[in-house]
Amino acid sequence: MALQVELVAADRKVWEGEASQVSARSIEGDLGVLPGHQPTLVVLTEGEVRINAGGWKSATVDGGFMSVDHDRVTIVAESVDASGMGS
Amino acid sequence: MGAQIREYRQRIRSVSATKKITRAMELMAASRVVKAQQAVRESTPYARALTRAVSAVATFSNEDHPLTSEKEDVRRAAVVILTSDRGLAGAYSSAVIKESERLIARLRDEGKEVVPYLLGRKVIGFYRFRRRDFAAEWSGFSEKPTFDVAREVGERLVADFTTATDNGGIDEVHVVFTRFVSMVTQEPEVIRLLPLEVVEGEEAPDEADLLPLYDFEPGAGQVLDALLPKYVNARLFNCMLQAAASELAARQRAMKSATDNAEELIKKYTRLHNQARQAEITQEISEIVGGATALAESK
Repeated sequence: MALQVELVAADRKVWEGEASQVSARSIEGDLGVLPGHQPTLVVLTEGEVRINAGGWKSATVDGGFMSVDHDRVTIVAESVDASGMGS
Repeated sequence: MGAQIREYRQRIRSVSATKKITRAMELMAASRVVKAQQAVRESTPYARALTRAVSAVATFSNEDHPLTSEKEDVRRAAVVILTSDRGLAGAYSSAVIKESERLIARLRDEGKEVVPYLLGRKVIGFYRFRRRDFAAEWSGFSEKPTFDVAREVGERLVADFTTATDNGGIDEVHVVFTRFVSMVTQEPEVIRLLPLEVVEGEEAPDEADLLPLYDFEPGAGQVLDALLPKYVNARLFNCMLQAAASELAARQRAMKSATDNAEELIKKYTRLHNQARQAEITQEISEIVGGATALAESK
């Protein structure tokens, strides 16, 4: 079972798709999410978000938060630098 | 006689020039309004995700937050007024200003002191001209607002809201903006931004998809601390985007009727010009005929 991931910036949806693993930097340290993760709402700090969707993609966020429930991951930040997202 | 023809010709030329300008502005507004509408749509996933998260925290914890709790004694109310930077958009700005005046009168009747925050050159000009005081102003972005401006305004409002009233803080925040209903309808509207009311509740859960019991990291209070200011910014940003779309739609309509008017004027002046020319020709003929007859009789 895969994760449904959404990466959202204030003015656009940056990326959406399936991934097998997501990792992001929270206030308390790096946090990895695998399918079946417990529902969580995490405040993120400035840093990199990495998404494994058949190859790692990364984006830089300026904070924001990540919510995980029922294998649906939503990463929300005011601004997202998606230059490392590829296509 | 010749002078009159020349005058009509000049009028026609000047109205045609005006028509070219208004036509160009109409087309520009028409193409930009599509983009502005798209910007409104593109900002919805963010707003939706935030709303969902805020209502999740609100549902699963009994956290009281200064941004959501009503103050008992409301003495100073902020009014944020969103207008355009440029005119030539029909009644767009004046409709917003009128609505804000109504709101200010109502707040004063309730015994509150009103603190205006102005966005857009038109309303800033309105206040300057009347030498009224205001707390802050922002301008230069009304057609194409960026999130940075929304964040700046939002942070200022949250900072003032959390300041004690006696130190120049505010107790509630109202926003007057223009809601974009459709290309032909835009309505001035007032919303209360602070204290916050989460607009959409968490959707009713499906049977298979029971509301998850969230783990909050680092803690529900801190999560709320981080989320609510963002929520304020997102709502402000949405208001600004709607106002921008409304402004462009209003400008398009105003410029369309200006172009139509110019066409009408050109038609009218062309008729008058033709009439004057014909009159001149008729007069010349009758002068010649009269002259010829007079010559024939004198022989």
